[in-house]
Amino acid sequence: MKLGPVTQFLMNDRAGKYLLSILLAVAVLVPLMNLTVPEGSALHVSTYTLTLLGKYLCYALLALAVDLIWGYCGILSLGHGAFFALGGYAMGMYLMRQIGERGVYGNPLLPDFMVFLNWQELPWYWSGFNNFFFAMVMVALVPGFLAFVFGWLAFRSRVTGVYLSIITQALTYALMLAFFRNDMGFGGNNGLTDFKDLLGFNLQSDSTRAVLFFSSAVALMLGYILCRSIVLSKLGRILISVRDAEARTRFLGYRVDKFKLFVFVVSSVLAGIAGALYVPQVGIINPGEFSPINSIEIIIWVAVGGRGTLYGAIVGAVLVNYAKTYFTAAFPELWLFFLGALFVISTLYLPRGVVGLAADLLEKRRSLGAGGGASVQAEPETPVESPQAAVADDSKSSKESEIELSTN
Amino acid sequence: MQTKHIPQSSILYLNGVSVSFDGFKALNSLSLDLKPGELRAIIGPNGAGKTTMMDVITGKTRPDEGDVIFNNSIDLTQHDEAAIANMGVGRKFQKPTVIESLTVFENLELALAGGRGVIASLFHKLQTKQRERIDEILTLVDLTQRANEQAGALSHGQKQWLEIGMLLIQEPELLLIDEPAAGMTDVETEKTAELFKEVSQKHSLVVVEHDMDFVRALECKVTVLHEGRVLAEGSLDQVQKNEQVIEVYLGR
Ligand SMILES: Nc1ncnc2c1ncn2[C@@H]1O[C@H](COP(=O)(O)OP(=O)(O)OP(=O)(O)O)[C@@H](O)[C@H]1O
Ligand SMILES: [Mg+2]
Repeated sequence: MKLGPVTQFLMNDRAGKYLLSILLAVAVLVPLMNLTVPEGSALHVSTYTLTLLGKYLCYALLALAVDLIWGYCGILSLGHGAFFALGGYAMGMYLMRQIGERGVYGNPLLPDFMVFLNWQELPWYWSGFNNFFFAMVMVALVPGFLAFVFGWLAFRSRVTGVYLSIITQALTYALMLAFFRNDMGFGGNNGLTDFKDLLGFNLQSDSTRAVLFFSSAVALMLGYILCRSIVLSKLGRILISVRDAEARTRFLGYRVDKFKLFVFVVSSVLAGIAGALYVPQVGIINPGEFSPINSIEIIIWVAVGGRGTLYGAIVGAVLVNYAKTYFTAAFPELWLFFLGALFVISTLYLPRGVVGLAADLLEKRRSLGAGGGASVQAEPETPVESPQAAVADDSKSSKESEIELSTN
Repeated sequence: MQTKHIPQSSILYLNGVSVSFDGFKALNSLSLDLKPGELRAIIGPNGAGKTTMMDVITGKTRPDEGDVIFNNSIDLTQHDEAAIANMGVGRKFQKPTVIESLTVFENLELALAGGRGVIASLFHKLQTKQRERIDEILTLVDLTQRANEQAGALSHGQKQWLEIGMLLIQEPELLLIDEPAAGMTDVETEKTAELFKEVSQKHSLVVVEHDMDFVRALECKVTVLHEGRVLAEGSLDQVQKNEQVIEVYLGR
């Protein structure tokens, strides 16, 4: 009867179970439908759609990272796009160096933009990026380190609330200005582009794109599992405690700054990984990714999806970006208004986001057709503002091995 | 820093503590001496500085001057909230503060004495013993039935009890309790007084309260604060006869 911790973990989280199953199906089916189904067929997924969906998956991972700190710990970062962009730049630097002699200027060492600027040698911070493994370490390390230094300073001096949001916004803005400068050595406002291949595989080929898509889906699944285990642990409950009653947490003897720092760094690394997966799929990274509005959009994804649920962030990122794709094609000038309206509506009328709305509707249906449903069991989510989504699955008879999970 | 004569064996010793906010003296050379195992009630009109005194002891507010000595040796003004909490000083806020979106059980789990580190809490597993301890406290504060409900759904009085439970489960040497009886029914108030008397067998307690019936039920020494200073000290009957105290309470 004893279940392994992983099985227990997955079984305890219904919504997460659905999410992971859907992601797994998407991860396998979409590339297959792109590669094996002939183009005329209704089941064929075009490479364009595949790439678009891959982009959504990267955004979803980014939203997940933001929900971990905002939804669970109350840290409203308006600069998370910076970590995403830094991860993207680290990947972009690797891809740039893979171009080698195939650049317009044919310089084996220097990327085109450096030749154009008349640079004679590679700046020191570009060295090592020809190595894939090194670049991947940097994808995590650079955002993680920046988050560590930033968080260490901010959380220790107890910068919270609006002030913290403002300085995170300032952080991404400052980085944007810096990356716009040509002499920074990151390609100025053109950024890094014209990538050729990754680990020797042509980035334009359908099969490479399928693998990138698959990797994004897997990264999202792993990211979800990681965040979910953090949230389910005692550490997760401490984060919630910091969110709801920071002073109380301190007087219980917890060093709030360290907990914030931990989760902020984890979140920024996830954002960096999302950025690194994003760049080879869209084929470019430029300073625009640091723009403050991008970071604000992430918050809107999470708010629309439903803050403090993890899967809600994923749903929100996909929904809003789907809407964005549609709107920017159909009514490009309306998109920003739509985005603003979406934020106002979700704040005023959907405090728990789309998933909260869905939960309420299901709840209603269930109570109307009472008695019919098999196992009526609420998800062990931790809603931000609703006391009604109480935890249902605890029973006095729960075995010791289950205690940790069932108390959530 | 001058070395003042610290009385032998005090669990808490405040000497000449002053705090001012924008020139306004919330504490004005306040002194207090609490013996181990003592139960002490603090009364005083609104704005007397009772809460500020607790802020100073628990590291939330740094005093402008004065000493705050815990356990004869530790200068609390040199430490922050978390450190002071881990040294064994527990605090209940004036406004009941529980973690509303966690269950009653989880609130107690977080307060439970034990590891406070980041990594330790990531891998923490609740032991049977710890669970039993939580059940014990749940019984003590009469919340067993509601253990798995969100703390936000509790009544005001129940939140007070939960917070008291969280305080007890931390097993602090010194408990600072700000207005515990607010929002409680008479029966609850009576029970709370009984509980504190029992707790004071093993711990030291400082209880701030406006409710005089409650203070009387505690049957302990009373300190009257006024304008950041000690106005009178003694049994409740003594201080209630004190001219100055009568003036402060009735003269407004
Ligand atoms: N952070 C602060 N900034 C400015 N003034 C403060 C601050 N904290 C307390 N005060 C002031 O200090 C004085 C003492 O406040 P304190 O809260 O300690 O009183 P109290 O005795 O607890 O009163 P009550 O019975 O109303 O709880 C009050 O006049 C209050 O306005
Ligand atoms: Mg007070």
